[in-house]
Order: sequence, then C-alpha cells, then structure tokens
Amino acid sequence: MRCQECDHRKATLHFTKIVNGKKNEMHLCEMCAKEKGDDLPGSNSYSIHDLLSGLLNLDPSIGTNVGYSQRANQEEALRCQKCGLYYKDFVKNSRFGCSHCYKAFSAKLDPILKRVHGGNHTHTGKIPERAGGRLKVQREVAKLKAEMQEHIHNEEFERAAEVRDRIRNLEDAQGKEGDE
Amino acid sequence: MSLEKFISEAISPWMKETGPDDDIVMSTRIRLARNVEEFPFPFKSSEDASKALYKHVHERLPQPSDERIGKLTWIPIDGLSEIEKTVLVEKHLTSPQLAEESTQAAVVLNNDESVSMMVNEEDHLRIQCLFSGFQLGPGYKVASDLDDWIESYVDYAFDEKKGYLTSCPTNVGTGLRASVMMHLPALTTTKQLNRILPAISQLGLVVRGIYGEGSEARGDLFQISNQMTLGKSEEDIIEELRGVVLQLIERERMTRKNLQEHNQLQLVDQVHRSYGILANSRIIESKEAGRHLSNLRLGIDLDLIQGIQGNILNELMILIQPAFLQQFAKQQLSPEERDERRATLIRERLKLENLNDGGDRP
Ligand SMILES: [Zn+2]
Ligand SMILES: [Zn+2]
Repeated sequence: MRCQECDHRKATLHFTKIVNGKKNEMHLCEMCAKEKGDDLPGSNSYSIHDLLSGLLNLDPSIGTNVGYSQRANQEEALRCQKCGLYYKDFVKNSRFGCSHCYKAFSAKLDPILKRVHGGNHTHTGKIPERAGGRLKVQREVAKLKAEMQEHIHNEEFERAAEVRDRIRNLEDAQGKEGDE
Repeated sequence: MSLEKFISEAISPWMKETGPDDDIVMSTRIRLARNVEEFPFPFKSSEDASKALYKHVHERLPQPSDERIGKLTWIPIDGLSEIEKTVLVEKHLTSPQLAEESTQAAVVLNNDESVSMMVNEEDHLRIQCLFSGFQLGPGYKVASDLDDWIESYVDYAFDEKKGYLTSCPTNVGTGLRASVMMHLPALTTTKQLNRILPAISQLGLVVRGIYGEGSEARGDLFQISNQMTLGKSEEDIIEELRGVVLQLIERERMTRKNLQEHNQLQLVDQVHRSYGILANSRIIESKEAGRHLSNLRLGIDLDLIQGIQGNILNELMILIQPAFLQQFAKQQLSPEERDERRATLIRERLKLENLNDGGDRP
C-alpha cells in the first residue's frame, strides 16, 4: 500500500482515529507520519487540521447561491487589523494569526467554535489570576457605573458622587497594577 | 555505547517511577496551550517577533520554587544536532514540528523530564506534564500551579468569553488536552474494545491506537484524550475522562480475571510463548514485537512471569522504533536491518533483566 499523503513511499504506519463515532483510517509512510506529528503523547493535531478545514468550509455563508458574490467580496476584505491575517486564510489554514483575530472575526466565529466544541462557544473554565483580576475589576466598575446612573436618574446626587469615587478608586488601583 | 547507558538516556526518569493503577494505565499527560498577549502567534510571526517572544519569556521566568517541578533548563532547538532533536521527539518532549520547522524555538525541561514546555511551537507556550500511571487529578493540579506561576510573570492572551486564546480553534477555551495511555490486552483479545470505543467517542473523547496497525493498536496500547476544550471547566473535562478511564480499568481487570479463571492454560502458554520469542528471535518486525511485548507485560501483571519489571513494555515500545534503532546503531538502517537490530535489542534488554534480578528464564 502506498502512503496516502505523498503517494510515493510505502505506507508502513496505519492509524485509526475515532472522532465523534466516525472511524477514520490513515495509511502513511514514516516520513509523512512524522510530519503529521501524531506521535504520543506529543502533539495532538494530525487529521484535526483536515477535519477542521472541512468544518470551516461548512460555514453557511460560503458557497451558498444567494448573494454569493457579495458575501464572497465581504469575505475577501475581512481582515485582522493587528496581524494582517485575512479571514479566508484563517479558513484555509485553520490558524489564527494573533489574539486580536478572535475579535476581528468574532461575527463568524461562534458557529465554527460550536461545531468544533460540541455546541459550545463560551469559556467556563479557569480564569487567570492577573488577567482575571482585571476582569473582576472591569465587571465591578461596569456594575457601579450602572448604579451611578440609577442614582443620577433618581436625582440622588450625593450617593452618585460616592459611587463615582468608588469607581475612581478601583480604576486608579487597576492603573497602578497595570504599570508594574 | 552500552545498552544500559543507551536506555538510561533514551528513557525519561519520570517513566521509571511507579504510579497508581500502572498495571493498566502506563502514563498520564496534561497539556496546556498558552499565548502571550501583544505578540503575534508563531504561525504569523516574523523571525524578529519570535525572537522577541523567546527573549520576553526567557528573561521574565526565574527558577521555580515549586519542588515538584525543580530546576528548569532552556534548550534552544537551533543548537541541537539532528540526532538530539530526534531523541526529544521520540521521548515526546517536543513535537516533530518544533524540531523541524519552528524558528526561535526552545524546549524547557525539568530534571526528570516530567515537565516540558515548548516555546514558539504552534502556540507561544505548550506546557506539558507527564506522570507515571493514572494521575489525572493530581497531574492537572501540578500543571495548573505551574501555569499560575508562569502567568505571574507574563501576560497571557485571555478573553472573558473565549478563554485562553490559541492559534488553532480546536484548543481555545481551557487550552487543556488531558490524555491517558492504557494497556488493554484482555479487552483487545476478547474483541470487547471494538464495541466500547465508538461509545467512548460519543462522549467527546478521542481514542487512538498507538503506533497503530489497521484498527488494532500495536502493543495493545491506546491513548484516550478529551477532544473539546471550550464550554467545559477543566475539572469537568478531567472528571469525564477519569470516569471513562476508571470504567475501562475495571473492565480490563474483570476480563483478565475471566481469562485467568477460564483459560488459564492458554493464557500461561501464550505469555510464555511470547517470552520465548522475544528472548530468542533473531529477526522481528515491530508489529510482532508489539504483540509479544504486550503478552509479556500481561504475564508480568498477572504474576505469571517473575523477575521482569513491568515497564519493559513502555520502554521497549519506544526503543524499537526505527529512529532509536538507527540512533543506537549510529547509521541508517534498511527495514531488514532494523528487524535484526530490533530482535537483538530486545534479547539484550531481557538479558539485563535476568542479570539484575536472577529471574526465571524461558
Ligand atoms: Zn508519505
Ligand atoms: Zn490577528
């Protein structure tokens, strides 16, 4: 049997992988298997990539008939301003270019993430200590600002001023932390 | 180089430790994918930016005070010979991609090689902790503490809604891949595994035969890991995997007991035949070697064979891979030559066991 990757050398390694109940067989030569890096417990990514570009291409806005060219044009232009990665290259390689890509492509991301992560698109796990600390402060500030608006609305200006000071204290403390 | 020295360099110290349920679970691995804010991911990074990331992390991280981790050594990949790179890959301390393609890459190792961190691989940081036996819970704790410690020095790319941001969307969220390597000879022989595996994959877990051969796994070794990283907490991911592994352990033990009760003679025969072949063959293919090593290991676990250490299976499964055979021979080998070297290496390795322990000979 020839290696299905290079179609050149003899396939000496045979992998079976079962993803969500579907059996997937691969027949590779040593060289290509090494490139795919499916050793254990090393990386985890052979065929994940193929699987993924398949999934990404299932994006309903790609390849449908109605308004195809218009959508395609928008897609051509969609790009991360920070690292310069085009959305179409993200689909092609299934790799983000930087952390900002997640924001740049956010409108298109959730359906893709849902497919990859069994219907989930929101993180519910660990929050890092420091970045998480900032998050907590941000949440607190947002809550206090709403409270302040309410006081202003009710013409309770003294209490609004108190809340404003608390917001300032929190923001100051956070500013110092950020300077470290 | 003597075989003993070769093995001691080829096998990571952590592998020689014993661990819970290590008659069935060979090892546990926890991997966390992390990126540093403000730096482009390695995939989109210029050489200069990769260099800056390397420098940024290297300068900020001191030596850890956590004694479970110990001293960390930075090994720049560029400075390694091809052979040294291959060894790191075969020991699963780096990926082939890191060894061959990455620029400004490093692997950071602790003394017993149970902790390794790849720098500038697919993500900026890939933290990996390896443990002997079945240690998902404690293993995750060590990895998570190490993660906290690193985060106290570098700013992680983290988003409130999407979690830890990774280069590939399959890792986003927790960035956690937990895997367990299991030896399941009884479930394999009795063909029960064929029925169990599809059910496991329904639970969002991935099962993979190691050094696979068609639908079988060589050496009856399987890796089970979580597939999804987003929308579940780390604790839930670990707990779900743990639950499935516990069930598999129980079934494997039950099946082994059944085999012993109802097919004692066949079992003893099979184990000793395998021992005989491993101890005497002059040419052996890796598929055949895997089968007999699995039987030998089963015999050791069931106390049908004394005087040989159980870790001979995991150890030899690594050593009989082509890269290691060629490294031991210090030359390229044809498949025929490899089969011969493989047989020799296994025979010599078994002789070491007998010398050390005076165990029974086949
Ligand atoms: Zn090939
Ligand atoms: Zn970007």
